[in-house]
Amino acid sequence: MMRTDEHAPGEEYEALYLRLQQIVEQLETGDLPLAQALALYEEGVATAKACQRLLDHAALRVRTLMDGADQLPAVETDA
Amino acid sequence: MQLLTVSQLNAYLRDLLDADDLLRDVWVEGEISSFNRHFSGHCYFTLKEGDAQIGAVMWKSVASRLTALPVNGEAVLAHGRVAFYEVRGQVQLYVDMLRPAGIGLVQAQFERLKERLAAEGLFDPSRKRPLPPLPHRIGIVTSPTGAALQDMLNILRRRYPLAEVVFAPCRVQGAGAADTIIEALYALYETDVDVIIVARGGGGAEDLWTFNDEQVARAVFASPVPVVSGVGHETDTTLIDFVADVRAPTPSAAAELVSPDIAELSDDIAQLRSRLETAMSQRLTVAREAVARMKLRLDLRSPESRIRRDRQHIDELVRRATAMLERRLSLARAHLDGARGRLEALSPLATLARGYAVVHSPTGTLITDASRVAPDDRIEIVVRRGRFRARVEP
Repeated sequence: MMRTDEHAPGEEYEALYLRLQQIVEQLETGDLPLAQALALYEEGVATAKACQRLLDHAALRVRTLMDGADQLPAVETDA
Repeated sequence: MQLLTVSQLNAYLRDLLDADDLLRDVWVEGEISSFNRHFSGHCYFTLKEGDAQIGAVMWKSVASRLTALPVNGEAVLAHGRVAFYEVRGQVQLYVDMLRPAGIGLVQAQFERLKERLAAEGLFDPSRKRPLPPLPHRIGIVTSPTGAALQDMLNILRRRYPLAEVVFAPCRVQGAGAADTIIEALYALYETDVDVIIVARGGGGAEDLWTFNDEQVARAVFASPVPVVSGVGHETDTTLIDFVADVRAPTPSAAAELVSPDIAELSDDIAQLRSRLETAMSQRLTVAREAVARMKLRLDLRSPESRIRRDRQHIDELVRRATAMLERRLSLARAHLDGARGRLEALSPLATLARGYAVVHSPTGTLITDASRVAPDDRIEIVVRRGRFRARVEP
């Protein structure tokens, strides 16, 4: 299978988002040792920031497949 | 010049038309309008073309042979005879054969193709896949020059710029266009896109014909990921709309359907943030309460409280000892009083007080028998107060 890119930003976002969800749920069960809870909280804050940063700075990437369409002009692929 | 009744005139006109060879066997091309199927089963409609029109009748026996009744606006070829209907004084076409004409013919073929593909299961609702909630890579099949592409990219930029668009250009109309669509689709199947949009902007019915192609429909059916069709305008329906997992009315709508809204994602994050804060502050409250409970328990075991408790204990012991002692003393006192009473009751002094006396010999022997004394014996007499000596008289 031809990979279009190493990592789409959406994949990074989804991974961070799932981690954030997991952290919140873990913290909400409420029976963690305090040190672990604090560590999770810090990770959660950082993860939420990273998520938001990805959303704020995302720029649509457009790639054009030229295979099988060689008679066609390329399309501008800015973001 | 003749004077005719209406009946005579109409009968004349009827005969006139019936006598004409051409009018007995004629094909008429026109568009159906005012189509009305009477409950008797006979159909009445008007055939139109430009500004001209003619009433038409299709008997039940003819209509029942059609696979589908014509609809208003449909272009048809009608065969029959033209005759004069005396009752109304109208010329009518009595249709004994009706076929789709032009696009109508193509439409009929399309309907047959659609039925065939439906029977094969290409439109089966059970195989419709849900769209991925967060598509990382969105495949787009459309014309590189059409406005549809830019419309879709604008929407994706606004709604979900985290996505990567993999654009597979194709031609959307004209000869060979279907093949370019199929090639573009299969090129995308070789990539790791999560969802594919097949789109083209609005156009005439003929312009959208490429998307009614059987091979295009089969190529869409073969997609390993969900496909959204967005072809033409709201009112247009093409074959791939039936095959696609989701049908969008327009290319823009297709782009909106595949993309989550970034504003909602932001809200989601904010909500998770606030849940995080709440959970942490609750956890801290629990910790604070635990510390307070520990402190309380610690206080209970501190030396001061121990001494306080011991002192209390000693006080209590002293109090109990004192009480016990006092009880014993008063008991002893009561005993003593009783003993003294009894002693006093037994003492001879009390008897002496009443005037009795005790007599004994100088040796101390009590004299209780007069025969035991002789005259001139000395005796000693004890009275209540003091004693004195005496001599027994002869």
